[in-house]
Amino acid sequence: MSHDNHKRIVYADNAATTSVHPRVLAEMLPLLGEVYGNPSSLHAKGREAKAYIDAARAKIAMVLGCEAKEIYFTGCGSESDNWAIKGAVQNYLERNKTDKCHIITTKIEHHAVLHTCKALEKKGIDVTYVGVDENAMVNPDDVVAAIREDTALVAIMYANNEVGTVEPIKEITKRVKEVNPKILVFTDAVQAVGHVPINARELGVDMLAFSGHKFRAPKGVGGLYIKSGVVCKSLVEGGGQEKGKRGGTENMPGIVGMAKALELANEQMQDDNARLCVLRDDLIRRLLELPNSRLTGHPTKRLPGTASFTFEYIEGESLLLMLDMMGICASTGSACSSKSLEPSHVLLAMGLPHEIAHGSLRLTLSHESTQEDVDYIVECVTKVVNRLREISPLGRN
Amino acid sequence: MYSEKVMDHFTNPRNVGEIENADAVGEVGNAKCGDIMKIYMKIENEIIVDVKFQTFGCASAIATSSMATELIKGKSVDEALELSNKAVVEALDGLPPAKVHCSVLAEEAVKAAILDYYKKTGKDTTELEKICTGCCSSCSAHDHHDIPADED
Repeated sequence: MSHDNHKRIVYADNAATTSVHPRVLAEMLPLLGEVYGNPSSLHAKGREAKAYIDAARAKIAMVLGCEAKEIYFTGCGSESDNWAIKGAVQNYLERNKTDKCHIITTKIEHHAVLHTCKALEKKGIDVTYVGVDENAMVNPDDVVAAIREDTALVAIMYANNEVGTVEPIKEITKRVKEVNPKILVFTDAVQAVGHVPINARELGVDMLAFSGHKFRAPKGVGGLYIKSGVVCKSLVEGGGQEKGKRGGTENMPGIVGMAKALELANEQMQDDNARLCVLRDDLIRRLLELPNSRLTGHPTKRLPGTASFTFEYIEGESLLLMLDMMGICASTGSACSSKSLEPSHVLLAMGLPHEIAHGSLRLTLSHESTQEDVDYIVECVTKVVNRLREISPLGRN
Repeated sequence: MYSEKVMDHFTNPRNVGEIENADAVGEVGNAKCGDIMKIYMKIENEIIVDVKFQTFGCASAIATSSMATELIKGKSVDEALELSNKAVVEALDGLPPAKVHCSVLAEEAVKAAILDYYKKTGKDTTELEKICTGCCSSCSAHDHHDIPADED
């Protein structure tokens, strides 16, 4: 198991990021070359760039089932999350001439949402963190029960990044709006857009965040859908870009790449997902044959590429590093892979004890994954789990 | 992130296993914290003639256990008592700041085993009773270890 004697890399960390699709790269190249104008400029080069950005916006809107004017470009998913939450809260406070309000979110959100909520708590905003069941599923009843007179926003992720559970956002939105249509509903759909069919209008949400690099566009570009008529205060003030909502000269190659990537993902989604789910389920079935292993996240309502596990008696960072030496790129929610020394907040919220949460492994496949990749992953994970269990004092009789 | 020595001791840990009828057994840490180290010793004439370990934990926990056993093998019990976490870190060419607590655990696992030996042989254990039981991320009572402050 030395560093260099593997020739093969099996990339199974597509929830962290994806490779840029060659056709996306090709689409971007003119924007790094001859199409260098600033879309805000009135002259020919500016108008040329403007045409590209308009087309990109229209493409994204078509896939997401909304109007082009409802799509705003940002620098990343985290910015979209920050903007939606802080912007909605700020608008509520100004409109109601108050300095207090309430947000409902969940215990399993991405840190871009959780830390934004924590920051707002320090400024006096109340936040309810709704729990989840053992499959990381949010119960809409719990969300409705948390609603208060001064609830400004409900922020719940579409699909969880660690365990892949897909949340009932449509139902949650409907139920919240039945209680009070003025409460804004935001969904962080960073893990879902480009992977499962999403129609913003049918979903009924007011805002929806996405990020290009999760679906084969480059890093450094994201977006936020803001439904017409919904007011969300700006986070980045500037020169009037994005209808004055988000300052900063547009990341032209990124935006054009993201639109192409989403278009491609959407075209192939049905066929790709059918194949991907077969691979994922094969991976899950075979790794669950290891004793004292368990699947984390919902058994069926999960992202097509996400297989996530815990293996008792071993620790996730060790597992990850040994897999890395065999050329497998994976991810873990173990404490030892972070600086916090606390295991994944998602696994703890699902009710897993600390000692089990320490031994987590997330494998996220892509449309490029093959049956050979899955066979190799199963072989290596089995070897490594057994090896680490030989070293471990736990699980012995 | 890790030195080559850490990776070497992680991938090819020395002295893994248990010793039947060991003269000393020490266990520190707990599963909740994410690391447990168990050290077994065979002691003859106050010399540690054999030592083995079992560890549940991250790469640095495994590497520090392995290095600690290497450093005390063949040494006298008194010499093993002198083993500091710093010596383990240095022998491994350093550890990332967040991982230094693993070396503390290794030092304490050795001390816990020697405490067990003292008890079995009827020696005075007053000094050794002070060792903590190892959950360093939540331990604020023992600040004598050489742990750098958290960067956050």
